[in-house]
Amino acid sequence: MTDLLDILANPAFWVAVLRIATPLILGTLGVLLCERAGVLNLGIEGIMVAGAFTGWLAVYAGAPLGVGVGAAALTGMVFGLLHAFLTVGLALSQHVSGLGITLLATALSYFGYRVSFPKVNTPPTIAPFAPMEWLPVPILNAQTSLTLFALLLVPAVAWVLYRTPLGLALRMVGENPQAAESQGVSVAATRTGAIVAGSALMGVAGSFLTLSAFNAFFFNMVNGRGWICVALVVFASWRPGKALLGALLFAFFDALQLRLQQSGDAVLPYQIYLMLPYLLSILALVLVARKASYPQALMKPYRKGER
Amino acid sequence: MSNATVLRLRGITKRFGSLVANDGISLDLQAGEVLALLGENGAGKSTLMSILFGHYVADEGSIEVFGAPLPAGNPKAALAAGVGMVHQHFTLADNLSVLDNVMMGTEPLWRVFSRCAAGRARLLEVAQRFGLPVQPDAMVGNLSVGERQRVEILKALYRGARILILDEPTAVLTPQESEALFATLAQMVAQGLSVIFISHKLGEVLRVSQRIAVLRGGKLVAEARTAETTQAQLALWMVGHAVEAPRRRPARSVGDAVCVLDHVSTASAKDERQDHSSALREVSLTLRAGEITTIAGVSGNGQVALAELLCGTRRATSGTAQLMGRTLPPSPARLVQRGVARIPEDRHAVGVVGDLPVWENAVSERLRSPVFSRWSWFVRRAAARLHARRIEIAFDVRGAGLMAPARSLSGGNMQKLILGRALLAPEQAEDVDNKKYPTRAPRLIVAHQPTWGLDIGAVAYVQQQLIAARDAGAAVLVISDDLDEVLALGDRVAVMHGGHLGEARPTAAWTREAIGLAMAGATMTAQQPVAGALP
Amino acid sequence: MMRLERRHEASRAALVLAPIGAVAFTMLVSALLVLWAGAPVGRTYALLLQGGFGSVFAWSETLTRAVPLILTGLAATVAFKARLFNIGAEGQLFAGALAAVAVGGMHGGTGFELAPWLLFPLMMLAAAVAGALLLLGPALMKNELGVDEVVTTLLINFIVLLGVSALLDGPMKDPAAMGWPQSVSLQPDLELGKLIAQTRVHTGLVWAVSLAVMVWAIFKYTVLGFDIRAMGANARAAEFAGVPVTRTVVLVALLSGALAGLAGAIEVAGRTSYVTLDMSPGYGYTGIVIAMLAGLHPLGVIAAGVFVAGVLVGADTMSRAVGVPTYIADVIVAASLIAVLVATLLTQYRVRMK
Repeated sequence: MTDLLDILANPAFWVAVLRIATPLILGTLGVLLCERAGVLNLGIEGIMVAGAFTGWLAVYAGAPLGVGVGAAALTGMVFGLLHAFLTVGLALSQHVSGLGITLLATALSYFGYRVSFPKVNTPPTIAPFAPMEWLPVPILNAQTSLTLFALLLVPAVAWVLYRTPLGLALRMVGENPQAAESQGVSVAATRTGAIVAGSALMGVAGSFLTLSAFNAFFFNMVNGRGWICVALVVFASWRPGKALLGALLFAFFDALQLRLQQSGDAVLPYQIYLMLPYLLSILALVLVARKASYPQALMKPYRKGER
Repeated sequence: MSNATVLRLRGITKRFGSLVANDGISLDLQAGEVLALLGENGAGKSTLMSILFGHYVADEGSIEVFGAPLPAGNPKAALAAGVGMVHQHFTLADNLSVLDNVMMGTEPLWRVFSRCAAGRARLLEVAQRFGLPVQPDAMVGNLSVGERQRVEILKALYRGARILILDEPTAVLTPQESEALFATLAQMVAQGLSVIFISHKLGEVLRVSQRIAVLRGGKLVAEARTAETTQAQLALWMVGHAVEAPRRRPARSVGDAVCVLDHVSTASAKDERQDHSSALREVSLTLRAGEITTIAGVSGNGQVALAELLCGTRRATSGTAQLMGRTLPPSPARLVQRGVARIPEDRHAVGVVGDLPVWENAVSERLRSPVFSRWSWFVRRAAARLHARRIEIAFDVRGAGLMAPARSLSGGNMQKLILGRALLAPEQAEDVDNKKYPTRAPRLIVAHQPTWGLDIGAVAYVQQQLIAARDAGAAVLVISDDLDEVLALGDRVAVMHGGHLGEARPTAAWTREAIGLAMAGATMTAQQPVAGALP
Repeated sequence: MMRLERRHEASRAALVLAPIGAVAFTMLVSALLVLWAGAPVGRTYALLLQGGFGSVFAWSETLTRAVPLILTGLAATVAFKARLFNIGAEGQLFAGALAAVAVGGMHGGTGFELAPWLLFPLMMLAAAVAGALLLLGPALMKNELGVDEVVTTLLINFIVLLGVSALLDGPMKDPAAMGWPQSVSLQPDLELGKLIAQTRVHTGLVWAVSLAVMVWAIFKYTVLGFDIRAMGANARAAEFAGVPVTRTVVLVALLSGALAGLAGAIEVAGRTSYVTLDMSPGYGYTGIVIAMLAGLHPLGVIAAGVFVAGVLVGADTMSRAVGVPTYIADVIVAASLIAVLVATLLTQYRVRMK
């Protein structure tokens, strides 16, 4: 028990929590935007891989870090556009389309990496984002600017969703697309916009891994974080504030499990500890399932003019 | 009231594949008038209005609103031109507030601040002006049907619509709520609005409108001033030939009780609104052989719960439900086994599995019985197809054949397939133990809105089949929101309101007014109706 | 902008041509990737096809690789047909493999020695049960609580893989493997025999094809098959018609999970004889693509499985010769999935631009 208190009292622990939470916050907000507009985007896992790769590749090729993040966002948007074309334009199964994009984006990224670096054994590195030492806030000043961006994005997304006409249109499109269409809002355009914006965030989430948390691109780097974001959105009842809470809670347990492993008191094989995040995600889904107030048009394809 | 023409439709034609929904329709709407658009189900009224509002694009023809041509296929343009539509199935988001629903789409999307305060003030002002009180911050999901319709109307009025289209607005209202709506219409006309009122109910149309346009089979067949026409003439135009008022054929001999419900309650389903309208509260009902019992009531007062209980897809949470002396089984398969024929409300979504072929749908309920499967495991395909063919012939199911997917059938033919499946008993097979699975005619028939959306010919056919089944000794239950049908078919009528079922009385003992009041939840004492849902 | 109009009938020919056309289109587009890798396009594709289908040896490798793919393809077909999106075949495969080794290599930890003719079916049964149980949880969670099974089955994959890793480091480790994390081997007399001598093709292929035929027969001739198809097409109408929904969901989950579990067991019994962490390069996920390529038709899964296996095998050969990374096969497979979706849609709908 004292071990636990020791861990919690150490500021390095909380630094780790925020660091682990950042890609989750960004990814969850991305999924949230898509699902609020009524579209399930299972491409997140692949888009995060692709974002991680392109962001890193851009910086490796000499671009400044900000451009790297932009490249990752752009990559996300391209895959988002593909997903929008398939699910909004062609009204295909949102599950299968998303899975296809995850498989495609991952395969393309790994292919691209191998083509660019056919013979390396240790992954080449870049100079990542530096901690924001100029900030007077403890724990926060050990984070990089992407984390600050993620934290500020939460109230920004909430504002857009609840206080702007654009946000209202987006929410309506996810609740009753017929109503939106009858009131002059283009369902197709709004959904496409939401998917592209959400996918951009997913790409940035991926780039955090290669440009901030680590400094190189590894295979299996994303390791299911995308799916965890999908679970977190349900846990957050599709609200940005709760999404932040969920991401932090999750990161807390993830960081805790890492520390416990390392504390030498580990009774169980380390793999069991690593299972915790995934088990927690499933638990979160089950607990929230009964009360979930889904956006009512989620996963129902909307075909304009079809009775 | 000037005589300016506010709306001009010329030569509107619209085809869906081989079906001509609208054929060269030309129509004018004058300022400050209520024009009724009359026609039976499938005549093309909703299609025409959907074209006007921009949901569909006409294949031919033009539209002029206030003298200016209206761009096609664009609800935004229609709204901007002053055309507003109140849809039959409300287009509201349950999880958003009244204000959100009304304001959505009224502000430019690039604006950073949504002007909520101004919007709220405007909404309240419009609501006051037209006598439609609402609470802007209420969640739409929590509102009653009448209140939701008010929001739907306010959506159009908030945007300053000068031409209002109402699509079958009284379909979900009690007679008293309908009166309130008519009063609102009068207010709108007094303020200079023009209204197109779509309906298939003759009485209403005569009450509310100044002019009537009749559609039949996609064509405009007649236009008349309301004051100069009669119900009979309208009916003639609507149907194309003289229609006899439906004559009730009284039951010959009423037998034993087949199904008895005693203070039965159910819960609401997971995806329904969790209130009194979607559950049964202590319902008591006795259905006797050789008798048709009809349940009247506005849709959404528990009829779905009652139908699902008797169809086996909802359980009773208290009370006793008996079928022929034994407990009512909560399983569709066992109900069919015990001789219950079920006709669901939604033929497309519940009645058939659209992607599967017609022949599989024809035997879907009885697949587990030894007639159609060996050891309930291997399907006897030949026997199944034979039975499907018998249904096809006996019930005149026309379509692309037994192997075509069921969704390719038209509404009327799909309903005939469902009827045949429910009513036609399979032939005794020789190598089968028929004692356990007797194949005789059904003992109880549960029909939920059996004639909804059908043309007059199909409606008559379905009603005939139900009467024939009654005369053959079955107990028949018909749940219908069409009061004319309820009175025409029923030997006894009971009224449903708020999950409660009133006492079933012989049809002759009811007056239209009494039923209307019961539908609204009020009761009659002496001459004065007690206040219920009266506005 | 784009409008979809339903066609009245989809011709049988169109339904078969659609996946073929889609794959052809995909390979055309993937040529761009070959160019990026700096290799000659024609030669690359020639080597790819030769490597997969160009010689007896190539075919033997392809058929060997096809076995787990057909089985995971069947697992996905059964589940998807009932609209149960089983993305957990990867985990179920490993669970089955572990169960097979536990029973067949370690006697279930009991130390009892049973005769091989008894142990073999027990081993297969254990694998099927392991896979089935793994899918049962998510399936019931979906049926009772409405929890999306895509996410739960995916997350379970990660959990299972970690579990495999833990077991391979610990209780199931092969002490004779010199520190390499692999499991104890199966008893030699439990291994599947060779179908074609001097190749790696084993009798597992017969199992795979037989199971495909069995699934096809279930769909077409049994009441369960009807229940599955009806539930997948319209769950409400199926319930109304008397289909026992929960029972069908359970049976679908058991069958689908069992097929994936058997994929793992047959891989162990036929190809490797022990479990390693890398014994499956994503067969579970590829199975989904194969199921979609086959239009969810069990017999089509055989053809699709062989085809995809050929592409994967050919890519290995081609990569060694020309240097284009093997991941191109994964790109082709993933892009084929999307292309097939679009092609199948086009058989049912016409696209109109406004």
